Amino acid sequence: MMFKQAHWDEPVIIERSSEGRVGFSVSSLEASSVNIPPGLLRKTPPRLPELSETEVVRHYIRLSQENYGVDLGIYPLGSCTMKYNPKFLDRLVATSKIQNLHPLQDDESAQGILKILYELSVWLAEIVGLSKVSLQPAAGAQGEFAGALIMRAHHRQNGDLQKRDEIIVPDSAHGTNPASAAMAGFKVVVMTSNREGCVDLDALRASLSPRTAGLMLTNPNTLGIFETDILEIAKLVHEAGGLLYYDGANLNAMLGKAKPGRMGFDIVHINIHKTFATPHGGGGPGAGPIAVSKDLERFLPVPTVERDGSKYYLDFNRPHTIGKIRSFWGNSAVLVRAYAYMLMMGRDGLEEVADIAVLNANYLARKLSKIRGLELPYPDKPRKHEFVMSATRMAHETGVTAAHLSKRLLDFGIHAPTVYFPLIVEEAMMIEPTESVSRQELDEAVEVFSKISEEAYSNPDIVKKAPTNSAVTRIDEARASHPKTMQLTWRRRARTQSA
Amino acid sequence: MLKEVGFRDIHDLFADIPESIRKNSELQLPLSRSEMEARVQVEDLLSRNVSTRDVISFLGGGVWPHYVPAAVDEIVSRSEFLTSYTPYQPEISQGMLQAMFEYQSMIAELMAMDFANSSLYDWATALGEAARMSCRVTGRGEFIVPHYIQRDRIQTLKTFCEPAGIRVVETGQDRRTGAIVQEELQNKVSSKTAGVYIENPSYLGFFEAGAKRIGEIAHEKGALFIMGVDPTSLGLFAPPGELGADIAIGEGQPLGNHMNYGGPLLGLFACNGEQLLRQMPGHLIGMTMTKDGTSKAFTMALQTREQHIRREKATSNICTNEALCAVAAAAYLSLMGPRGLERLGKTVLANTNYAMRQLKGVGGLKAPFFEAQHFKEFVVGFDDAGLTTSQVNAKLLQRGIQGGISLYDQFPELGQSALYCVTELHTLEDIDRLVVVMKAIVEDRQ
Repeated sequence: MMFKQAHWDEPVIIERSSEGRVGFSVSSLEASSVNIPPGLLRKTPPRLPELSETEVVRHYIRLSQENYGVDLGIYPLGSCTMKYNPKFLDRLVATSKIQNLHPLQDDESAQGILKILYELSVWLAEIVGLSKVSLQPAAGAQGEFAGALIMRAHHRQNGDLQKRDEIIVPDSAHGTNPASAAMAGFKVVVMTSNREGCVDLDALRASLSPRTAGLMLTNPNTLGIFETDILEIAKLVHEAGGLLYYDGANLNAMLGKAKPGRMGFDIVHINIHKTFATPHGGGGPGAGPIAVSKDLERFLPVPTVERDGSKYYLDFNRPHTIGKIRSFWGNSAVLVRAYAYMLMMGRDGLEEVADIAVLNANYLARKLSKIRGLELPYPDKPRKHEFVMSATRMAHETGVTAAHLSKRLLDFGIHAPTVYFPLIVEEAMMIEPTESVSRQELDEAVEVFSKISEEAYSNPDIVKKAPTNSAVTRIDEARASHPKTMQLTWRRRARTQSA
Repeated sequence: MLKEVGFRDIHDLFADIPESIRKNSELQLPLSRSEMEARVQVEDLLSRNVSTRDVISFLGGGVWPHYVPAAVDEIVSRSEFLTSYTPYQPEISQGMLQAMFEYQSMIAELMAMDFANSSLYDWATALGEAARMSCRVTGRGEFIVPHYIQRDRIQTLKTFCEPAGIRVVETGQDRRTGAIVQEELQNKVSSKTAGVYIENPSYLGFFEAGAKRIGEIAHEKGALFIMGVDPTSLGLFAPPGELGADIAIGEGQPLGNHMNYGGPLLGLFACNGEQLLRQMPGHLIGMTMTKDGTSKAFTMALQTREQHIRREKATSNICTNEALCAVAAAAYLSLMGPRGLERLGKTVLANTNYAMRQLKGVGGLKAPFFEAQHFKEFVVGFDDAGLTTSQVNAKLLQRGIQGGISLYDQFPELGQSALYCVTELHTLEDIDRLVVVMKAIVEDRQ
């Protein structure tokens, strides 16, 4: 496998600017002069680029060629579920019948989209085994925030909120979990995981107290291992008066296999842009719907999408709601894609997603563990959607670390895994192949890992200097954040240079 | 493959899940179908929607109809952008990173502020984050907002503030001009005030003539001055930076993003000075060099503010943001340039003025309700015509017109009134049509 990414040395767009050029004009006629009180007028025009349409298009298409996406190759970024996004989903939403809908238009004139949103919320509730869904959160982290606010509302209703001010988060949790809990006003109690990255029941017992509002957990965990004690965990949390929150980042392996609601979870968020195949857009938009148990339904954000006979409508009349968490009803253009994906996959297809995703992860784990310098911790435990390899031996024997190895993968057109997470594994590489990768592609990836291992033991400098086939070579990250050298906007650069 | 991993049956891969959880876990969902079947079915459902292409719509209020140039749609359809993740591996993500740096730069220029982040979810959450940031920076616990503010925005703000113990205090606006009542504000700003927030133009479309003075009132008591804007006004009207704002926020949807029934949107967030920068929420992209010094390069900067490093002490929990919407905004602003944006502003303004003038002539209508400079939106009062907004909107809809947002529920003191929105997409014929139908409705009543 060989890969060479385009490198255009494309200047920052403002440097291409030529005075007087306009790439797009709203009208061929010069707008009639308008009278505006001088105090309201802008004094200095914004320094925006002045370019023709051709120049703008070339600039951004060149930039796109300096970017790696799922459509180019394997993207095994652990916990990010970078699966293939079927093309018809993008075509579907490129229609005036969704693009030109206004959120405040009459429900009567939005029956098609409301029906889609309603059915999607019912299907998602079914998949996670809970009672009701809100589609509003814009992303997983916002789902967590909403979930933590629902915990707050629940304990407040029980007259317990003053007392219950702690949310327990395992040390292996995604960073958004503690950040969301803190945003919702809770103190974060970090619980030590056992050696397998699973919940240590004794540590859990020690963390639980009358101050516990809830526990946030992924299952399978970040090592890809299913928490087999989950029913006991749920029992302990519930007996302590807390609620159990499911971070849906790792839901892909559970589709049709095990429902979080049946595991005892009370609140679940679902990363639509992971499990339900909507494109991640270089960082967003995503969508992070939340599902809750019957008792917590009343707290969901307003409005919910409801059905009355054959009519669909937005229901704002929810007196116990946590309120609004964003404008309007959700990232509809993303949600419609997820609906179409689920419709195509059906229950049989979604179950197959879990089968293949898990098979791929176990296959790749087994193959990679045979490579010199790499180890799979706890080799006897079956993995689910992902696994974590350790490059400790390679690091000791050759000086090539997980970070080096990951950068070298880029040279072969493979996106790096998530590195140095979770912290419980030394020199960790968290790998999630997803169901989108064929056996042939997995074998090719294994070959690349083998080749890099050979390089590490014969000529480690090649690996340490990587990447060299990417648009740019290794980047001076410290310079980007240092107060003296930091450049975050061209405006700031111009001002500091002229000062 | 199964054999090679030491299993005989695919179900064995899930055998470690307790039986009581696994049993009856089959999904009660429809069976799979082909892409063709799924697509036809979803297209059929979508075709039942009535879009702003099917009726003449005057809805705005947080999401606005604007033209999206074809080049913008083309750029954001590039699968290298569309199907990439957050750029954690900068060497192979330079395209997205450079586009984000350019977006940050253009938003900073538009706002006339030093820094902008690479997006938040929408205006409402940007307001929530701005309030929390103001309190972190000042160590205070009160946040002052104007009376006339969009419902979702104020409710989201309260959702963000409640857990942090921040008190949201409302300050009054003049019933005739909409201007913030400065004496009242002066009485409310104190050593407890973390920030004073205004919108310019306001939710109801009028500009705040006293913006600069309001900023001074905030600063005199050591509070921050936060301004919310509609970015399409900024080619023409004074930006937050020229009016003394410390933090500027707004909704970026009009910059090359479709309305999409209200999402995804694009939260704009900018600030001045390095002290505030350190407390800013969200991703920031910085320009740097390769280690060998041969090429410029881009990467995520100041990550120690963020959740993946700082966890519960992060400035925000945001991770996935609205990156692709930000690329659309960057492409849109590049196509427009300062001249295109100024022309857009003038066109919207001319259409707004025309609509207000024509409606004013219709017997009994009060348009605009407030005596001030307006942009894009204005309030129409129906009290003197003896009509309710729901009556008017129902009758308009019968004639293929979607009327403005009814304001009575939220602001009963305005009587039966509605917020009308006019952009560059409205032709003079569209506006004339509204006026003719409105006239008929009013006369029918009399």
